[in-house]
Amino acid sequence: MRKITIVAAGLAVALLTGCAPVTGGSGEGADERTGTVRVWLFDEVNRAPKEAVVKEAIAEFQQAHSGVTVDVQYIPIQTRAERFKAAFSDQQSAPDVAEFGNTDLAGYVAGGGFAELDLSSWNEAKDLLPTLADTGKVNGTTYGVPWYVGTRALYYRTDVFGELGVQPPATLADIAPLARRIRAAKPDMLGISAGGKYTYAAMPFVWAQGGELATRSGDKYTAAIDSPQAKAGLSQYTELIKDDICPPATCAGNSGEASVEAFRAGKAAMVIGGDFNRRSVDASSVAGRYGIVPLPGKATGSIAPAFAGGNLLGVLKGTRHRTLATEFTELLGGKKYQRKMFEAMGNMPAFGDVQRGLATENPVIEPFVKTLNADTRFVPITPSWAKIDAQLVLPTLIQEVATGSGTVDAATKKAADAMNSAFGS
Amino acid sequence: MTTAAARGDGRAAFAYLLPTGLILLGLMGYPLYQLIMISLFDYGQEQVSGGAPLEFLGLGHYTQQLTDPKFWTVFGQTVGFAGVCVLGTLVFGAALAVLATRVRPWARNTLFLAAMSAWSTPAVAGSTIWLFLFDTNFGFVNEVLGIQGFSWTFDRWLAFGLVAAQVIWCSFPFVMVTLYAGIKAIPGEVIEAAALDGAGAIRTARSVILPLLRPLLIVVTIQSVIWDFKVFTQIYIMTGGGGIAGRNLVLNVYAYQQAFAASDYGLGATIGVVMTVLLLIITLGYLRALRRTGEPL
Repeated sequence: MRKITIVAAGLAVALLTGCAPVTGGSGEGADERTGTVRVWLFDEVNRAPKEAVVKEAIAEFQQAHSGVTVDVQYIPIQTRAERFKAAFSDQQSAPDVAEFGNTDLAGYVAGGGFAELDLSSWNEAKDLLPTLADTGKVNGTTYGVPWYVGTRALYYRTDVFGELGVQPPATLADIAPLARRIRAAKPDMLGISAGGKYTYAAMPFVWAQGGELATRSGDKYTAAIDSPQAKAGLSQYTELIKDDICPPATCAGNSGEASVEAFRAGKAAMVIGGDFNRRSVDASSVAGRYGIVPLPGKATGSIAPAFAGGNLLGVLKGTRHRTLATEFTELLGGKKYQRKMFEAMGNMPAFGDVQRGLATENPVIEPFVKTLNADTRFVPITPSWAKIDAQLVLPTLIQEVATGSGTVDAATKKAADAMNSAFGS
Repeated sequence: MTTAAARGDGRAAFAYLLPTGLILLGLMGYPLYQLIMISLFDYGQEQVSGGAPLEFLGLGHYTQQLTDPKFWTVFGQTVGFAGVCVLGTLVFGAALAVLATRVRPWARNTLFLAAMSAWSTPAVAGSTIWLFLFDTNFGFVNEVLGIQGFSWTFDRWLAFGLVAAQVIWCSFPFVMVTLYAGIKAIPGEVIEAAALDGAGAIRTARSVILPLLRPLLIVVTIQSVIWDFKVFTQIYIMTGGGGIAGRNLVLNVYAYQQAFAASDYGLGATIGVVMTVLLLIITLGYLRALRRTGEPL
């Protein structure tokens, strides 16, 4: 009896002290004009050139603002989600300025992490490619400046194509027969290295067919991945993950990275790769034996809409140096340093005029610049997308169709349901 | 007088248990309480950092999960997978324990050394090494078998089998060491007496050694059930986060993928609570079954 009383009393105390899980406060920051501006940038495998450019920007910034120091911390990309979540929950440990992926933006903004950016007095803003500037906005409000953009095109082996006397595909529909023909002639080679988890390679197929991932009405998204156009695109992509092109046992589990790796190893005749993959391909066994063309669209001469991935620079909501943080964002995210970042790291700038200038000097990036200027698309800008991404809805869809464990109709229906359930919550 | 003494004893016992009780309550009770609490709310990153108001869902997450066929598929897979791992670990561990009592010291020491290194390998490292060994193109196993290009992780059951083998590999040493110690602790006179009574090796094992080892077997079985039910690292690493189209998911990885990676902590907590309850039921059921056979615990 006594035991029960004690347990009951303990439970009552526990219930009284906390009737709900903990939530953080979302206090607005301050606008101090001196002190330390803290910056988080992504760590990268070969960071030295990036660090050099950033140091240069810091020197310029500190020269212009006396009494201000800029402290940069490089954070690992793999654990960025945890780092940012922690920063949003405890603003004392948060930086003032941060680099982050544009697909993470909507979730970070909904999490109360980033502050609205006032770029009205920054005259370089107008030269950002509009579709790229949009990736820094949520509901029309700007939260991030595109620092660089990653876009994908079609890599192909010039030696293999020359040997077989074939030309790069002119339309999306040409890819499968071409890849099949190459694998038939060279059975050790994947016709095209297409990954089951490589969603950014599959999306252009959906968009080129006139499909969408989701459509927006008001502030609500509805899945459109089960529309006839989207299904046509998905069928066209999953057709590539078949034994006569890219066997499921090899390719169904591959991400973008693994897909490009097969091309680097000389095991694939084609791959959809990013401008950011170019350096690693140049350092591989196929260096000098490959060419790049824009991924063709549905009609001859057209370019399939590409996914406009990339990184943004933004100012955190809890910053105590709002003006300084915004000014540093404008400096590091401006034309001068985007150009320097291209020279240092190969990162594609987000300014149309800078891109065109660089393309005339470096013809090799022309296919990417062409793709960017043709049409780029983006994933739905809603925090739900992060959830859909984490739940592997699209990779599961592609893998189900590719391995034949589900039909296109059934798998897209399932994916659409999962997406709608995430949009609804 | 006697009741007063008993009451005094009770108080003393209570006082002795209090520190442990408080620590247990703080370290296990409070997190469990928080877990249950969180599972009743729509609690995501927006709520944690104060960007959105908390919404009380009651049992919403529970009905959502328990009516989702995918959850039950994954649950079935988890039970089957854990069952195979537990059985494999016990059989393998017990067989090697018996072997260890029969061989020369140098062989026993080699066996123990090998087992210990398997046991002390971190799960992440162990899984990665196994993946290297079974790599499609460059793996040692494929090279020895002459089947380069064969993928061990593509087929659903083969992938499960490979992961189960890895789990057994890193968890049998505990069973082996525990049972070896148990067998060694059986007094020689008991075995001798059995032999004098005319019992053969099998009869001795069944009627003398097994009953004496029973308490140890119970401990290692429950331990294995709990460990193998909660496998995360091996599946996550070796099947690339749950296999092609999620066909190698187990509950822990599923909870991570559906909820924690997606910042939906409320849903994740729900799966956590459901798993805790299921584990409790399995363990209690096992203990009851044992008691029914007449063993005092």
